[in-house]
Amino acid sequence: MSAPLIELKNIHKSYGTLPILRDISLCVHRGEFFTLLGPSGCGKTTLLRLISGFEAPSYGDIYINNQHVNHLPPQQRDVHTVFQSYALFPHLSVFENVAFALRCKKMPENLINTHVLEALDLVQLAAFGSRSVKQLSGGQQQRIAIARAIVDRPQVLLLDEPLSSLDYRLRKTMQYELKQLQKTLNITFIFVTHDQEEALSMSDRIGVFNQGHLEQIGTPREVYETPNNLHVAMFIGEANIFDVDVHALADDDLLTQIESVPLRCKNTGHYQPGDKIHLIVRPEDIRVWSEYEVKQTVGMLPGRIVDIIYKGSTVDLTVALSSGKLINASEFFDEDDDKLEYTPDETVWVQWFPGWEVLLPFETSHER
Amino acid sequence: MNVKSHALYLLYIWLLFFGICPLALILMTSFLSKNFEHLIALPFTFQNYSTLFDPSIGHLFLRSILIACLATSACLLLAYPFSYFLIKSKRQSLLILLIIIPFWTSSLIRTYALIALLKLHGLLNTLLLGLHLIRQPLVLLYSNGAVIIGLIYTLFPFMVLPLFTHMERFDFRLLEAAQDLGAGKYALFFRVFLPNTMLGILSGSLLVFLPAMTLFYIPNVLGGSRSILLGNFIQNQFFIVENWPAGAATSVVLMSLLIGLLLMIKQSRRIFV
Repeated sequence: MSAPLIELKNIHKSYGTLPILRDISLCVHRGEFFTLLGPSGCGKTTLLRLISGFEAPSYGDIYINNQHVNHLPPQQRDVHTVFQSYALFPHLSVFENVAFALRCKKMPENLINTHVLEALDLVQLAAFGSRSVKQLSGGQQQRIAIARAIVDRPQVLLLDEPLSSLDYRLRKTMQYELKQLQKTLNITFIFVTHDQEEALSMSDRIGVFNQGHLEQIGTPREVYETPNNLHVAMFIGEANIFDVDVHALADDDLLTQIESVPLRCKNTGHYQPGDKIHLIVRPEDIRVWSEYEVKQTVGMLPGRIVDIIYKGSTVDLTVALSSGKLINASEFFDEDDDKLEYTPDETVWVQWFPGWEVLLPFETSHER
Repeated sequence: MNVKSHALYLLYIWLLFFGICPLALILMTSFLSKNFEHLIALPFTFQNYSTLFDPSIGHLFLRSILIACLATSACLLLAYPFSYFLIKSKRQSLLILLIIIPFWTSSLIRTYALIALLKLHGLLNTLLLGLHLIRQPLVLLYSNGAVIIGLIYTLFPFMVLPLFTHMERFDFRLLEAAQDLGAGKYALFFRVFLPNTMLGILSGSLLVFLPAMTLFYIPNVLGGSRSILLGNFIQNQFFIVENWPAGAATSVVLMSLLIGLLLMIKQSRRIFV
């Protein structure tokens, strides 16, 4: 792969004695859609401000296009930001808002006209040039903020939770349009969000943030299916977490038990007998059988239905295991089981396919 | 009828008695003739207005406008950076208090106090002499300069307060957005900050310019006999020459000018709002 467009090396940032970012190293490649995902207040926005040039790192180096930019002011970086608040200029028309970057470059008037109209066209607001930005709806303002930032084709576009103030339906549309726009323009996007669904559906790669640290960098599939640690597993998607002990090894597998039921799992982490580990199962990987449906119950956990939520394409169940621990399961309607009829308090058997669980080193207890 | 409309009627009555009636009286007086016994008398005449076309009166109008403009621009140039400093300051409320405290004394008394500052052996000259910045004391008092200084001193708060409120409302994230899009320092100020505080500049300038045209006691006290301004001229017509119709006519012309100015600003406001 070619040299990275943006390279962060061992970035640290603190305000006074308060550390915000710890040891962040990251490469983003040309044309990539990279998402920084994490809960609010975890330092994602600070990292964006380091890249855009509004803050300088306490330690570490930032390279854009192989140029060391630690002390380059924002004006001189070929990077634009779509702000969470949009920060449109209220005293300028839509056209002039979009033209702002071009006017700063002292571009001739006829070229400005062409570029602005092109940018407005890309966000499907070509007819809105003469409007005042105050007359626009939230979604339209969002589009103008994007048009303003792409009008002079920067190498990198930073997007700071740009969709967070839109309603669900509009957010879905904008997610799709942003992705299309990124493909059309082939501009590198660095997208910040706390919405894991958004991150999974839009990104080429995701960096999962927690408390100022990048916990894992990988494709959506990697971070979802093979999380590095408990935080990543819990932050991305739903997870049922069991604290278990490794009892013995057998070939490549390890033997353990949950709720006194012996289980056999793939030993993915070279764990040894006696190790405490977390065993994580996603709700959609769990099968819940009614008692009359099963003939033999080896490797199945007995439980009782506590809650049933009908969601259209799935039925979400809360099941109490015999110890009282509650787990979540999502059942899909398919040809195997098109009825999915459960009743509260029904006794059921819980099962997942061996190998669909994730094993992680023990961090903190999750037994209730 | 509810409480709200009662209050509204009270307001209308107040406006009728203290706003419209006096104005109507002045307008009427301006078309009447001078009378030594009763101050004003019939018949109706346009003579009060035709005498205003005298070149000396025109000169007076122009000079008053010029001095008011100078005072307004000086106030703006001083108050704009000061207001910016004010919103960035941690001691904001203290500074605002300091701006407001002088209002607790009569502004006439404060104007007299300026004499002590500006006179030949006053504080300012003593200070400048002591610092060896000048060799001979400056003649400041009883000049147009002293009038402008007096106007600036008295009207400065009226410029600061609207500027302050508009700057406080300014979203400083806009400056970051502009920087991000490539704006340098010059563009940040002239293309983002200044246009977004233009309403403050307009309302501050109005609040300074209007009184600067008519405040008669400042030229009276600081300007001496030579620098008569429009405000003094009107006052003289009423109380010294006792030519009420002439004073009224001058007032009406001045008022029309100012209303014209207001309408112009109202029109230009639309561009900014």
